Amino acid sequence: MSTPTLDKHSAALDAAENTAFEQITITLRVRRFNPEVSDEVTWVDYQLEMDPKERVLDALHKVKWEIDGSLTFRRSCAHGICGSDAMRINGRNRLACKTLLKDINPEKPITVEPIKGMTVLKDLVVDMDPFFQAFRDVMPFLITKGNEPTRERLQSAEDRARFDDTTKCILCAACTSSCPVFWNDGQYFGPAAIVNAHRFIFDSRDEGAEQRLEVLNDKEGVWRCRTTFNCTDACPRGIEVTKAIQEVKRALITRRF
Amino acid sequence: MQIHKYDTVIVGAGGAGMRAAIESTKRSRTAVLTKLYPTRSHTGAAQGGMAAALANVEEDNWEWHTFDTIKGGDYLVDQDAAEILAKEAIDAVLDLEKMGLPFNRTPQGRIDQRRFGGHTRNHGEAAVRRACYAADRTGHMILQTLYQNCVKEGVEFFNEFYVLDLLLTEVDGVKRTAGVVAYELATGEIHVFQAKAVVFASGGTGKFFKVTSNAHTLTGDGQAVAYRRGLPLEDMEFFQFHPTGIWRMGILLTEGARGEGGILRNKDGERFMEKYAPVMKDLASRDVVSRAIYTEIREGRGCGPEGDHVYLDLTHLPPEQLDAKLPDITEFARTYLGIEPYTDPVPIQPTAHYAMGGIPTNVEGEVLADNTTVVPGLYAAGEVACVSVHGANRLGTNSLLDINVFGRRAGIAAAEFASRNDFVELPEDPASLVVDQVESLRDATGNERVAEIRKALQETMDTNAMVFRTEQTLKQAVEDIAELKQRYNNVSVQDKGKRYNTDLLEAIELGNLLDLAEVLAVSALARKESRGGHYREDYPNRDDVNFMRHTMAYREVGEDGAESIRLDYKPVVQTRYQPMERKY
Repeated sequence: MSTPTLDKHSAALDAAENTAFEQITITLRVRRFNPEVSDEVTWVDYQLEMDPKERVLDALHKVKWEIDGSLTFRRSCAHGICGSDAMRINGRNRLACKTLLKDINPEKPITVEPIKGMTVLKDLVVDMDPFFQAFRDVMPFLITKGNEPTRERLQSAEDRARFDDTTKCILCAACTSSCPVFWNDGQYFGPAAIVNAHRFIFDSRDEGAEQRLEVLNDKEGVWRCRTTFNCTDACPRGIEVTKAIQEVKRALITRRF
Repeated sequence: MQIHKYDTVIVGAGGAGMRAAIESTKRSRTAVLTKLYPTRSHTGAAQGGMAAALANVEEDNWEWHTFDTIKGGDYLVDQDAAEILAKEAIDAVLDLEKMGLPFNRTPQGRIDQRRFGGHTRNHGEAAVRRACYAADRTGHMILQTLYQNCVKEGVEFFNEFYVLDLLLTEVDGVKRTAGVVAYELATGEIHVFQAKAVVFASGGTGKFFKVTSNAHTLTGDGQAVAYRRGLPLEDMEFFQFHPTGIWRMGILLTEGARGEGGILRNKDGERFMEKYAPVMKDLASRDVVSRAIYTEIREGRGCGPEGDHVYLDLTHLPPEQLDAKLPDITEFARTYLGIEPYTDPVPIQPTAHYAMGGIPTNVEGEVLADNTTVVPGLYAAGEVACVSVHGANRLGTNSLLDINVFGRRAGIAAAEFASRNDFVELPEDPASLVVDQVESLRDATGNERVAEIRKALQETMDTNAMVFRTEQTLKQAVEDIAELKQRYNNVSVQDKGKRYNTDLLEAIELGNLLDLAEVLAVSALARKESRGGHYREDYPNRDDVNFMRHTMAYREVGEDGAESIRLDYKPVVQTRYQPMERKY
């Protein structure tokens, strides 16, 4: 019954099982801002001894726990599921808990700043309320007519697969805050809200697509998208955000979904 | 200080809190107070499934599910509650589907189901497909679906409001619920919420362990608040260690991986679970599998240079199956370990996962002040509560079920209580305890740091109160925690501000963890038997004569102000199942 797993050892597995703490010195350059103290933004460098396999979140924790307790950021699950710690790392939106130091060249200073286009409240914490308001505006819930069935609604595996990609959204705002249109126009719904509209428009059980499409046909709606693909690059869940937006645009024209 | 008035206040916006809110908002004016934005809650990290005997893919029924739950909990489960859980599971899953949850489907278009640990056909004959799932993102889908429906119902959230106290007012000699006190993270302002009914749904407390699947924010806030107000905590010694956490990091890799055919192997490549659980093998209950893993490691058959882990082997499964059924956990292996699970086995070790114990409630979700007395207007549901449907060891997929069944029940019961009863007067100076707590921490000048004490707490808990316990290790844990509590008195924070003071927040959370870790260790020390997730090497057998009873831990304050823990016990509710030897 036994399979000789030892024979399957790859170099990657050997590296993963290496217990030695590989120590490197990194510079974490963080954009600090606390209006309770000063209206000035400052960039502060922290020299840290880290293992390259550690996450940017670990580096932020090291600062907070050992150097300066006032450094403020949101985080919770620490493995890319809760969506709390989207931030701009070396100029690109990522989750701090899903970004390993070795993957972003730890030899140069690592810059960390809040996601753009939202009001900064303190350090890396931004005001998320407008973001969630845009989400609410697209009616992100199943809309059905008529009587409910006794058992579950039936849905074929193919129909279920149609909207699978957009069910993965964790509402971290990495996409919306990477969008140049959103930076210039805070009224724009932004990619995340459209992704969540897509999730329902293409769900075979849903009967609210027309209502949702009307919302997105608004001048601040889906037509503002200029397909720069920043959102797709930024999504930590690998959602093809731009493609989803294009599908919503097409549905608006063809009214087929 | 601001004062708000709501019929029903729900504390926490994970699965249980939002399921409760959907019900109570329809029936009463409801506020949900949550430390995190709702979609950040740790329900979203649950992966594998939600149990319900839908019998969509093979024969199954709720009675088998009830039996499995009771056996899985090593007969410490209250059997009336387990029966409700299993019966209402079916509607709970169907309700979620109707709310829009995108379950995986069978070829006939029904909700698909898969195997999971401890879930069997006909009382243990073989594994049964009972877990309803959406890839390995079931918790994420539940959290999103419930949040979406909260938006639909217009649920009123107070995001980033951290509840720090429960207000009880004595009326005619009976303690009644008057409200809660919350700290607004954005401003540092203190808010009193007067309420007729309060539902605690604030989640677990795993952060007192080092290797854990729990989020940084799971610090037992609700349990600690209730405990400090003199309410008991039930069965806190029972903590679940999930067999497959990513080695050293503790990140959860779902049991669904083994449900899909994944196999645990030691350094010799041996499928060792055959020795420990000849019938269920890798799908034995979690306590059994976690002990087996540590037995392999202790006996020198662990993997890696230090022999301190084993492998979860998925390499024999087709890549298409991994992509379709286990996309997230395979990505975790790639991201955090840099390995390819198509071809490499994944290094794993047991990870502190779930508190079976918590605030005692009856099956309506009403909180108990002792073995029988209900606290009028106070409810709890989800991981913060102990109904007890999980007994000494929870079955996988029963927690996503628990939050839906008992979240719903608590939401309805609380709103109905609120419609029948009037407000109770707030105690005089209702925020005083919280003001003192916050101000004294903010102004403290001691030389102890939160992070150092928390690290020391996590180390002693991992060393002394984990999968294997003895009198000696537990005494060590009690001693270490007492010393850390002394040090905590000298803790200070660097951030003295009001705006988003997460430094202060972490200090308060640490206080909660210390109190609850102490209750865990003291309760475990007194339980001189092995049952479910609580394994005493010095008492390796289950002892039904002396210990088939729930532990009830109370905080006592002496006349000199000294705190201590008083332990009492509560009988287990037994209906139709007689305790048997537990084999898988």
